[in-house]
Amino acid sequence: MTATVTSRLSGVSGSAFNLRSFLHGLPGVDKVGVEARAAALGTRSVKTTAKAAAIDLAIRMVDLTTLEGADTPGKVRALSAKGVRPDPADPTCPHVAAICVYPAMVPVAAEALAGSGVHLASVATAFPSGQAPLEVKLADTRDAVAAGADEIDMVISRGAFLSGRYDFVYDEIVAVKQACGSAHLKVILETGELGTYDNVRRASWLAMLAGADFIKTSTGKVPVAATLPVTLVMLEAVRDFRAQTGRQVGVKPAGGIRTTKDAIKYLVLINETVGEDWLDPDWFRFGASSLLNDLLMQRTKLTTGHYAGPDYFTLD
Amino acid sequence: MPESLSPAKAAARGGRLAVRKTYKLYIGGAFPRSESGRTYLVDGDNVALASRKDARDAVVAARKAQPKWAGATAYNRGQVLYRIAEMVEARRAEFIALGVPAAELDAAVDRWVWYAGWSDKIAQVHGGANPVAGPFFNISAPEPTGVVGVVAPDSFLGLVSVIAPAIVTGNTVVVLAAAPQVAVTLAEVLATSDVPGGVVNILTGHAAETAPWLASHDDVNALDLTGLADQDLATELERAAAGSLKRVVRPPADTPDFTADPGLGPMTALLETKTVWHPKGF
Repeated sequence: MTATVTSRLSGVSGSAFNLRSFLHGLPGVDKVGVEARAAALGTRSVKTTAKAAAIDLAIRMVDLTTLEGADTPGKVRALSAKGVRPDPADPTCPHVAAICVYPAMVPVAAEALAGSGVHLASVATAFPSGQAPLEVKLADTRDAVAAGADEIDMVISRGAFLSGRYDFVYDEIVAVKQACGSAHLKVILETGELGTYDNVRRASWLAMLAGADFIKTSTGKVPVAATLPVTLVMLEAVRDFRAQTGRQVGVKPAGGIRTTKDAIKYLVLINETVGEDWLDPDWFRFGASSLLNDLLMQRTKLTTGHYAGPDYFTLD
Repeated sequence: MPESLSPAKAAARGGRLAVRKTYKLYIGGAFPRSESGRTYLVDGDNVALASRKDARDAVVAARKAQPKWAGATAYNRGQVLYRIAEMVEARRAEFIALGVPAAELDAAVDRWVWYAGWSDKIAQVHGGANPVAGPFFNISAPEPTGVVGVVAPDSFLGLVSVIAPAIVTGNTVVVLAAAPQVAVTLAEVLATSDVPGGVVNILTGHAAETAPWLASHDDVNALDLTGLADQDLATELERAAAGSLKRVVRPPADTPDFTADPGLGPMTALLETKTVWHPKGF
């Protein structure tokens, strides 16, 4: 059975027609069902020691991100220092998973993170619009990897995807994956621009078939960023993909996740959808900036017994 | 409950069923129930019983509202306080029905107006140019402390006398109210008087349960214990407040007379002084 499915999948990428047939042959997403499921899982109550464990896990999953035109080397250094020691007052606080910056800031971050165990992610491929020729995107990727990034966050060409040119998007991801070399590739679907859950499911499968190591919801640059139902659809996609191919792919919601409460909802979603295999920074990440401070405040609340205030944590 | 549904009562109201009011919390400009879902009975009314998480949410709302409220012009804050006086006046009958004496209500309205007038004058009286031995222009200006936790007295005039001096200078407050129905009715006044949501947050319930969480909260800048009768609790709260270097207004030694001229003390207790040294050239 597995063999036949795998061979069916291997044939998928052979032609534009096969790819299209496969993606459109995926079962449709039950919109009401997926939203109700995500909302129901979001009501779980996680307290005391379980909450402490969830907060530490969430901190370890954070891709601490700064993607502003106003980023300076100083800001990136400060952010890197924070990623390595999120709570300088508490050495038991774990470090974040990665620092995520623009390619121009990669050399600065690489120097600041050397030897710390914190990964260095860089957005590439004409982030955030993705509207550039392939050559430019590949050069962007190679530069970031050469400068020291070990994770690349690429954006797909939504214009091509939405107009049904799946093979174009597929080839682009394959090319970028090649340009990444040993660096991990996260593929940003920009679900806020895809319109439907069906499209999210198709884009997820397309990215995984093309070799993505991670699928990521959003750039954080459009009004609708990560939501629980969208992440649920993507988690189901990586679960089904592993069941059919044996290859595990990570998931990264990004944008709009600001509170510990939100983060814990995602952790519950993972546990209930794909299981503990994904409850690890190697397989799940939060793309966020302000989330970290809230996690640290909640962590302080649990260790000290009183509510913490933002005055006691750095402004990013 | 059963009595409100009894046919006799219904008939007495012209065949209508009674619509009973639940007194809810006032947080961030909205009237939520307690996060804990708890209520308690006060004189036959259902009142929300605030939990520590309601206090936490109220602090978040107060912090969010504070910069904009402090950044509003003094003139504007004065106008808003005057508007509160107008709206209290308009709900006169409602307050009196809740047992607020008419004379006290008048005094409370006057107190809002009095503090409204101070909004653009406190800086001149409490700040100013300082003579210094050097070629510097040196000025001091009062600035709001930030988020203030208030344990309110049970009288309406007392309640107004702790909220008004805190907010007129640009602070935002989380008030632990002693007389819930009157306090929530005041919240309804505030919600309709151009007071931005979050500037005043009112929690009903037991101060002994919620006050310690405000006292130890790192994001609360000052604590006003004017309405606290329990001296032991006051000492405990002051000790907890010391952990984050809060300003603390201690409870008065004697029963306070709120009808007396409050002076500037209630305002200046919740102000910081910013002093600027500017070099003077020739």
